Amino acid sequence: MDEENPKHGPLWLWLDERIGLSDFAKLAKKKQVPLHRHTFWYYFGGMTLFLFMIQVATGILLLLYYRPSAGEAFESIQFLMTEVQFGWLVRSIHSWSANLMIFAMFIHLFSALLLHAYRRPREMTWLSGAGLLGLSLAFGFTGYLLPWNELAYFATRVGTEIPGVVPVVGPFLRRLLRGGNDVTGATLTRFYGIHVAILPAMVTVILGLHLFLVQKHGMSRPASVETDGSEKKSLPFFPNFFLRDVVGWLCALGLLAALAAYYPAELGKKADPFQPAPIGIKPEWYFMAMFQTLKLLPSHILGIEGELLGVLGFGLLGAILVAIPFLDRGAALGKSSSRLATGFGLLLIVYAITLTYLGYTMSPTK
Amino acid sequence: MANDDTSVALDRGRRKFLNWFLGTTAGAFFVSVTYPVSQYLIPPEVEESTASTVTLPIKPNDVKVNTGQIFRFGSQPAILIKDTNGEMKAFSAVCTHLACIVQFRSDISQIWCACHNGHFDLNGRNVEGPPPKPLEQFVVNVRADQIVVNKRS
Repeated sequence: MDEENPKHGPLWLWLDERIGLSDFAKLAKKKQVPLHRHTFWYYFGGMTLFLFMIQVATGILLLLYYRPSAGEAFESIQFLMTEVQFGWLVRSIHSWSANLMIFAMFIHLFSALLLHAYRRPREMTWLSGAGLLGLSLAFGFTGYLLPWNELAYFATRVGTEIPGVVPVVGPFLRRLLRGGNDVTGATLTRFYGIHVAILPAMVTVILGLHLFLVQKHGMSRPASVETDGSEKKSLPFFPNFFLRDVVGWLCALGLLAALAAYYPAELGKKADPFQPAPIGIKPEWYFMAMFQTLKLLPSHILGIEGELLGVLGFGLLGAILVAIPFLDRGAALGKSSSRLATGFGLLLIVYAITLTYLGYTMSPTK
Repeated sequence: MANDDTSVALDRGRRKFLNWFLGTTAGAFFVSVTYPVSQYLIPPEVEESTASTVTLPIKPNDVKVNTGQIFRFGSQPAILIKDTNGEMKAFSAVCTHLACIVQFRSDISQIWCACHNGHFDLNGRNVEGPPPKPLEQFVVNVRADQIVVNKRS
């Protein structure tokens, strides 16, 4: 189409005629990123995406050696860590990148929450993002079991018992998750299928929707910036913002390599369903706040079992978080002050940090 | 004109019928796919071990005072304890809180769950922490040099 443009060679022109490269070029040229004092927070969505791509790549590599059965899973990872060249590196990067991805995702979530980026017309972007968070936590939970070690075994026993305390449907859900009444090899096979096929398929669809919506609506300009009368500046996404993104990604890659080299993923002891839970057992850090809450809740509160109350509480917090675009009337009306949502977000952050801190510092035997 | 009106009405009726037909067909197709898939996802019932008695592979004299050990009771873990008086007791080792496997702590002479810090006394009662119910207690019989554990009837 752009035949006068001397920049494009014959290959570009050939491809353009067949797949419409210039349409993509136009799209890339059009996309602008708002420039203001909160622009920094825009980087964490892309960071999450980058770390997710690392997860896909390293996950595919791990598939080539991993064997999803109770008899072989632990041994196959032992083999991977000790015999396979750079096996330790691939697994350690997968494990660290998973953690960093969840961390980047939380920052992305809370920045969107505190800057009220979910307000009209971006409610669906928020909902799809919440869906992606749920899927990522499910990725973390199912992946944690796959090495079939002691920690994984007990984390899964507890984790699958949690939906089991919900009245009426609980026992059925627990059986469905475990692939039986107990955590066994059947659970491992099921979690493997969920981790490497079902979740990736779901993420592909929802991530596609999320990214499409971000393109469609553009990035949200915070209401406080929109109304303060300052000049509306923006930065072209391509290449200006994208190159800044890449710098961040390179830093993340360096950090990943350092973490993987200095703190390689551990394997521990093989799971044994006839051994007591080890002292100091802990879940992944992003489940720590929930874990610690369940630990601190007394056995009965007002006649209701403590863990049931805890689980219902987590459910309620999650539901509020998902429904925030519809609950926050102030933001829906375009007002800058939606203090309730901000308060909720800050409360959630303080709560999560406090409980996580307690989880790591309280003596495990007291 | 009257003729045209009837044919339009007839067309509409036909369209409605066809839409209904198409909708129910799509619905039936959807159900015929989702029903087997959902049934497939539910794991089949496996015969639970109904054993109500188990003979332990340890001799009574080999069990030390103020210790506890896990043994298999059918498909489930259970815990055998010898208290400071030399009496042996057995309980289900599955914590009543969130199903972790408990252990005996000789420093406090209690059954303890490492997952959420639940404490049970040597009668299986939940005395501290989050567990909502006591542990199921079994009956321990010593016959000659065998330890036999039974479920309470």
